[in-house]
Amino acid sequence: MVDTIRVEQGVTPSAPSSPPKRRWWRRGSLPYVLLIPAILLELLIHIVPMLAGVGISFLQLTLFYLRNWRAAPFAGFSNYAVAVNFSSATGQALLHSFTVTIIYTLIVLAGAWLFGMAAAVLTQRAFRGRGAVRTLFLIPYALPVFASVITWNFMLQRDTGMVNQLLLSLHLVGSRPFWLIGQDSFWSLVVVQLWRTWPFAFLILTAGLQSIPADLYEAASLDGAGILGQVRHVTLPLIRPVNRVLLLVLFLWTFNDFSVPFTLFGSAPPSQADIISIHIYENSFVSWNFGTGSAMSVLLLLFLLVVTLVYLALGRRGARHA
Amino acid sequence: MRPTKLSTLACAAAAAAALSLAACGSSGSNSGSSAKPTLTYWASNQGTSLQDDQHVLAPQIAKFTKQTGIKVKVTVIPWTTLLTQITAATVSGKGPDVLNIGNTWSASLQATGAFLPFTSSVMNTIGGSSRFLAGSLSATGAAGQPPTAVPLYSTAYGLYYNKAEFAAAGISAPPATWSEFVTDAKKLTKGGHYGLTLEAGQIPENVHLAFELSQQQGGSFFDSAGKPTFDTPQNVAAVKQMIDFMQTDKIVNPSDAQYSKGTEALTDYATGKSAMVFWQTASGSLAKLGMKASDIGVAPLPLPDPMPAGGKKVTSMVAGINLAIFKDSKNLSAAEQFVKFMTSTPTQESLNHTYGSLPTVQAAYSDPAFNTPAVKTFRSILSTTAAPMPAVAAESQFETAVGTAIIHLYASAATGKTVTNAMIGQALSQAQQQLGG
Repeated sequence: MVDTIRVEQGVTPSAPSSPPKRRWWRRGSLPYVLLIPAILLELLIHIVPMLAGVGISFLQLTLFYLRNWRAAPFAGFSNYAVAVNFSSATGQALLHSFTVTIIYTLIVLAGAWLFGMAAAVLTQRAFRGRGAVRTLFLIPYALPVFASVITWNFMLQRDTGMVNQLLLSLHLVGSRPFWLIGQDSFWSLVVVQLWRTWPFAFLILTAGLQSIPADLYEAASLDGAGILGQVRHVTLPLIRPVNRVLLLVLFLWTFNDFSVPFTLFGSAPPSQADIISIHIYENSFVSWNFGTGSAMSVLLLLFLLVVTLVYLALGRRGARHA
Repeated sequence: MRPTKLSTLACAAAAAAALSLAACGSSGSNSGSSAKPTLTYWASNQGTSLQDDQHVLAPQIAKFTKQTGIKVKVTVIPWTTLLTQITAATVSGKGPDVLNIGNTWSASLQATGAFLPFTSSVMNTIGGSSRFLAGSLSATGAAGQPPTAVPLYSTAYGLYYNKAEFAAAGISAPPATWSEFVTDAKKLTKGGHYGLTLEAGQIPENVHLAFELSQQQGGSFFDSAGKPTFDTPQNVAAVKQMIDFMQTDKIVNPSDAQYSKGTEALTDYATGKSAMVFWQTASGSLAKLGMKASDIGVAPLPLPDPMPAGGKKVTSMVAGINLAIFKDSKNLSAAEQFVKFMTSTPTQESLNHTYGSLPTVQAAYSDPAFNTPAVKTFRSILSTTAAPMPAVAAESQFETAVGTAIIHLYASAATGKTVTNAMIGQALSQAQQQLGG
């Protein structure tokens, strides 16, 4: 602290003596100058591709125009019309995929938060080996997606997978179930995604819990609150801001995640686990109809924007009431 | 934190996440030095594995480098992603210099304009078009335009059967009709051993068989004007026949619904887990997988008896691999030299012999290696009962859409749902919609 003050004092006296021309950036423009590279990169990496995506959604951009996509015919809103015409096969498939994705996201979100919260509370008090336990919990999140999910893919194979070997040797099933096609594929995806996601919730919640002063718990326990009472009356209200961001981030990540379902199922996922990100990928990169694929992406963007805004508005009102 | 800042941030994150899906491209590599260029070559998976292909190609590449000083970097690409990678390369303009394509995609990829047309002057540089077999040369692009590829390996579908298992079951000859086929296969199905194995989770295998069976039913996936006609009763019947091998006849292991790598069914046949498989020329792979040559029998695919009205006696598509040059290649003349080398008689003899496929140049057939009974069977299939897949620009989309639909139908059958004609019709019309038809 003392050092900082000294440095500031060291700079300030010399300031008035310098001519104003050489200090043009001192008048408050320096932060903006420093921001320019970041803004340019942001434009290049995020904004321009986004606008390109919106532009493509108005083109009839198929395989045959890809090399010279400026020659692709203008399609107006016809790509959107195809995507939201729920009486047609394409629209129905999109609606189905959307419904599956919502259900899957909500289950993963709830599960990840519950597991993360439980583990964070259980490791909140110091005990021997706490560091090791925390590290163990974080492993799924730290592993590279492809390596860990392809291992799940091996384990879930029908004839050679470990899961079926185990189930058979414990006599839990009579015949080998399929885990990567059919109805069970949905639950396989939920389990694998949950396994990958909950350590992140755990990490964030652990960090959140550390900001809660220990004396609040002492006071609560003096007032006669048990563990559950302390969680309910001290922990949950105090990590409310953390939860708000965490749930939103988890929702967006899970909803949009591509790597886990793609690694698990490949480019032709079973319809029961037809997650929207792969559905759009299939329409864009497998059928090579980028117009429809982009229209679906834009619709997805609008949906996520609405969800996000509604969620934040609700959160703000909740905060005001609290 | 003020809510407005948080909301801006969150909205930006949502927007970026949603749109980045549609807005990414693909990359390839290209080198452009003048004196001794290094070519990049994308090879399709012809052997038992990607590594196997590297081993097979390495000596030939070394020979080419010794002759010309041109180095070649080979990447072997599995069939599951080959079409996607090629199409991505045509978008970005950054692809390999030389590449293998499935010959059925020729018209589609020609329509993208990404490949170098083999005009008569380019043809002469690589030795002239008269060297090639006329049948192979017919599947190199749409009629009336210069081809954008030359034939490299020629193959056809045959019914591979295990002679020892047939003899043990008291079956004296391979089945000639589908009813004989199912009867034989049922006899051979017992105790975890199956009469037939299918690569039922893979797009090309599914769509090829659907095409052949549809031809036998008198069906067609495109009309004469090139418009898709996927959900006709004949096509539904063809797909139903495929699904019923697993669903009704129970001569296929339901696990095959997950076979997607393009080598799994063949491995099951070679290792005695099933007695029959429909496959393209595979003697090279079967030997590597350890199957005894005396056990391997090949016959044409069976036919319906009696033939349905309008049915054609088709037992195979005109299958094969073509070699194409990327128009954007910075090493065009080196690429032409490489194509010339790959289609030269000695290279054709060596590679086709190793892979068990058929040479595409006339001169190679003087080699006694191509006068075995199996090769003769395949040559006869190609010349009498093979039909080319539709040579329309939408062909590759057709393969993807219909092949994927059949994968899902097999998955339904494998997991205990009953696949009906109505379900098949719906799946095929949905596939047709993906083509915008």
